[in-house]
Order: sequence, then structure tokens, then C-alpha cells
Amino acid sequence: MNLFEIIKGIENVDAEIYEKLNPRRATIKALSSFGTKVTLAALPITVVSIFKKAYGQTVPQKIIDVLNFALTLEYLEAEFYAKGLAANGLIPNSTARGAITVIKNHEDQHVAFLKTALGTAATSKPTFDFTAGGTFGDVFTNYDTFLAVANAFEDTGVRAYKGQAGELIENDDILRYALNIHSVEARHASHIRQMRRARGGAAGNLKPWITGANDTGVSAVDPIYTGEDNQVQAGVDITSLNGVNGKISVDLATEAFDEPLSKEDVLQIAGLFIVN
Amino acid sequence: MSDYDFMEKGNLYSTENLPNNALKRRSFLKYAGASAAVAAATISGCNKDNDNFPGMDEGEYLGKGDIAILNYAYALEQLEAAFYTKVAETPYSGITDLEKALLTDIRDHEVAHREFFRVALQEHAIADLEVDFSSINFGSKESVLATAKAFEDLGVAAYNGAGQLIDKVEYLLLAGKIVSVEARHAALISDLIQNGSFADNDVVDMNGLEKSMSPTNVLTAAAPFIKTKINARDLPTY
Repeated sequence: MNLFEIIKGIENVDAEIYEKLNPRRATIKALSSFGTKVTLAALPITVVSIFKKAYGQTVPQKIIDVLNFALTLEYLEAEFYAKGLAANGLIPNSTARGAITVIKNHEDQHVAFLKTALGTAATSKPTFDFTAGGTFGDVFTNYDTFLAVANAFEDTGVRAYKGQAGELIENDDILRYALNIHSVEARHASHIRQMRRARGGAAGNLKPWITGANDTGVSAVDPIYTGEDNQVQAGVDITSLNGVNGKISVDLATEAFDEPLSKEDVLQIAGLFIVN
Repeated sequence: MSDYDFMEKGNLYSTENLPNNALKRRSFLKYAGASAAVAAATISGCNKDNDNFPGMDEGEYLGKGDIAILNYAYALEQLEAAFYTKVAETPYSGITDLEKALLTDIRDHEVAHREFFRVALQEHAIADLEVDFSSINFGSKESVLATAKAFEDLGVAAYNGAGQLIDKVEYLLLAGKIVSVEARHAALISDLIQNGSFADNDVVDMNGLEKSMSPTNVLTAAAPFIKTKINARDLPTY
């Protein structure tokens, strides 16, 4: 399987933008370094102004599409956690509530960041059905179901951003922002998985990383983990390499590398939760 | 993607007058506004105060372009693998079974990353690095987890920062496949130190974005733990 085939043809997307951005590169670098000159909260506005100056009124559709795709997923996550926090008696204690609030706040920030960057091109928030047509009917009344869906959303987010990185390779700044969201989603996924493990039961052996394909104990989310069990990287079979005790096991080979998911596959999965 | 020839990029860096089509190459454009000489000076400028930081003509040479980035990642994975190998060999006092299992998993992931880069880089791979862990108390949970957090957060920021310096989309995707696993590690380690600190504001800003760090800054941060001199004179950075 060649995952890279999904994202061929990138270099034609937007080579021109670099010529437009060149005179401002020093500015961009100054703005993007942590805590210098511009407050972090002001950064989205800066992104917009860079976009406008570089592209005028014609931001390439392909970049808008990627950012709107990301925005749709962030809308989904943000509303999901907001509803979970609002559901009386769902989240059992203050520690869990604190963690879900941290994650919810990040998703809100991602929504705001992407909306500001996209400006009038931002897609509007869909209407969601977090039961996925009844598959997760007790999502806001059963804490374990809620965590299972959170687990699915976070792992999907990680795969989705990873799948779009290649689309952004020609634009350093947008690529960096996408990567900076990507790793935050992975941190969320890690913690949600730990929260599920702590609950015991079906998820009692769940790890912060993905073992094989769907390791969540919820078969309804199988499509989210399609291809996660890949053990060949850049033509190298990881299980052929030396580990600490003999060759690296299949489990470890799949845990050590997260896999991307195509936009089409992600949208199909997300579509189960979108009414319109 | 096939026209991103490695040697050709090397030439682009050192060419002042480029044909128009070359302007479209991001490898050149990374240094737009600053000549290659300035970029190199920036790196070498960090040498003065740190023996471990890249010397101009000595030490393990990382290479140029994407090869250099991959070797840079290989160096970091070597460091992490060596650290967790020692952690597993000499568990800290009071370690729980769960902590031991998770830290052993992390060791094995880092070993997998290290061995992958070693094989994938073939003749371009740098030698095995000699590490310096004299500042770490491996018997102390606090010391081990604080170091693990520093390494994991650094690793995530390093891959996040390296993404934009990578030319080949295959390598960018590879970096993406590894960085999210490092982020999963980082979150777990933070939680082991203090539950709920998996994405605190020391690593995530007010826009919900994690840090990126330039290769120059990452190597400077890692230098106290690496005895072997690293020659990063042609390593892309920003």
C-alpha cells in the first residue's frame, strides 16, 4: 500500500505564493516565534492579513478546502465536548471534568483560529447527530459511551490532519499551523485513552497509542482505524528490524507509527455524525 | 515530486541568480531574503558557546536537505531510545507495574524509530551517538519523568518545526506518522507527573497550537545530553 499516492501532485498547487510572500518572510518568522512582538492571541488576525496580502481575493481553493475540512472536524469536536460538559451527571468527577474542559477549550480555539484564517470563506457549522443515527444512542447519558466516541473523534482528528499535511507542503506557515494542531489532537487522544483505561472493563487494557487497527473495543468505529495496522514504512518492514528482545513485534511496529486517513475516508466517517 | 533531486537542491542553496522556474522551489525559498551564507552563519554562530553544537568541519555530518533532516530526527531518536533503555534497565524507585509497562512500550517505540532511520538512511546514516546522562538520577521518579517530559516535548516541537523544512512529501508524511506517537508519549509522561497536564499551556498556546522549534534550537537544547559532536552545517533550519 502506498499511502503517498493519495497526495500526489501537490507541487502544482501553489508555488506562486512563495513569490508573493517572499518580501514578508522576515515578518512572518518574527510573528510566528513564541511570545515575541505580537501576542499569541492576536495571531489569527495576523494570519488573515498575511493571507490577504499574499493572495489578494483569491486564496487557492485547495488550501481553503483543507482548512474548511479541518474546521468541520473542529466544529464536531467542540460541540461534542460542549454538550458532554452540559449533560447533567454525565462526567463523574472534577478531575475528568477538568480534562474534558481542557480539550474542549482547545477545540474551541482551533475553531476560532481556522474561522479567522478563512474569514468569509469559512464553512458554517453543520447540524450534528452525536448518536450517529442511534449507534451511540446513550452518548450523553453513559460516560463510557461518551469517552468511546471521544476516543474515536480524537484518533480521527490525528489521522485527518496527518492526511492533509502533504497538501500543505508548499506553504510553510499553514503547514506549521496544521502540524501544531495535529500534535495537540494526539495529546488529547492519549489522555482520552488513559481515561478509558482507568474505567476498566472493555477498555481496561487500552494504551495511549494505537495497537494494530481498531483497539478501542468498539466495533462500530472500525472504519476509523482502517490501515492503522500498517507495519511497512518507506518500504521498510518494521517487524524485520531488531528490537530490544529479538525482532520488533507487530504490535510495537503498529504502535510506533500513526497512519494518515484520506479526506474522503474522514468525511465518510464524520458524515455519520452530520445531519446536514 | 521526482524533480526534487537532492543534489540539485544543494546547488540551489548556493546559487545567487536563479532561473525563474527555480523560484518555485521551496528549497530555495526557505532562504529567500537571506543568502545561503547568512543561513550558514546563523548556525555556526551558535557554536561559540557550546562544544557539542555543530562545528563547521568536524563531528558527525548530518548531510544536506532532506537527508540532513532525517539524520537530525535519527539523532533525536537515538537520544530517546538510549534514555528509555536506561530507564527500563534501572527502574526508578517505587515504579508501578503500569508505569513500567508504559515506559517499556515507549522504549520499544523509540528503538523502532531509531532502527527505522538507521535502515532507511542506509549509507547516509550518521554513526551511533554517545550520550551523556550524567545529569539524570535514574533512581528518582522525579528526575526520570522530568527528563522524559523534556525529551518528549522537545521531540514533538522538533518534528513540528522540521515539517516545513522537508521537501519530499513522503518524508513529511513519515515525520507526521512519528510526531503524533511522540505527542501521545508526551501527554502520557505529563500525566504521570501530574494527572491532567497532558496538554498544558507550557506546550500549547492560546490558539490551541503546540510549539514548533527550529533544528538549531532543538540541537542546542539536546546538546548537554549528546557527547558526540554533530556537524549540522548543512542542516536546513529557520
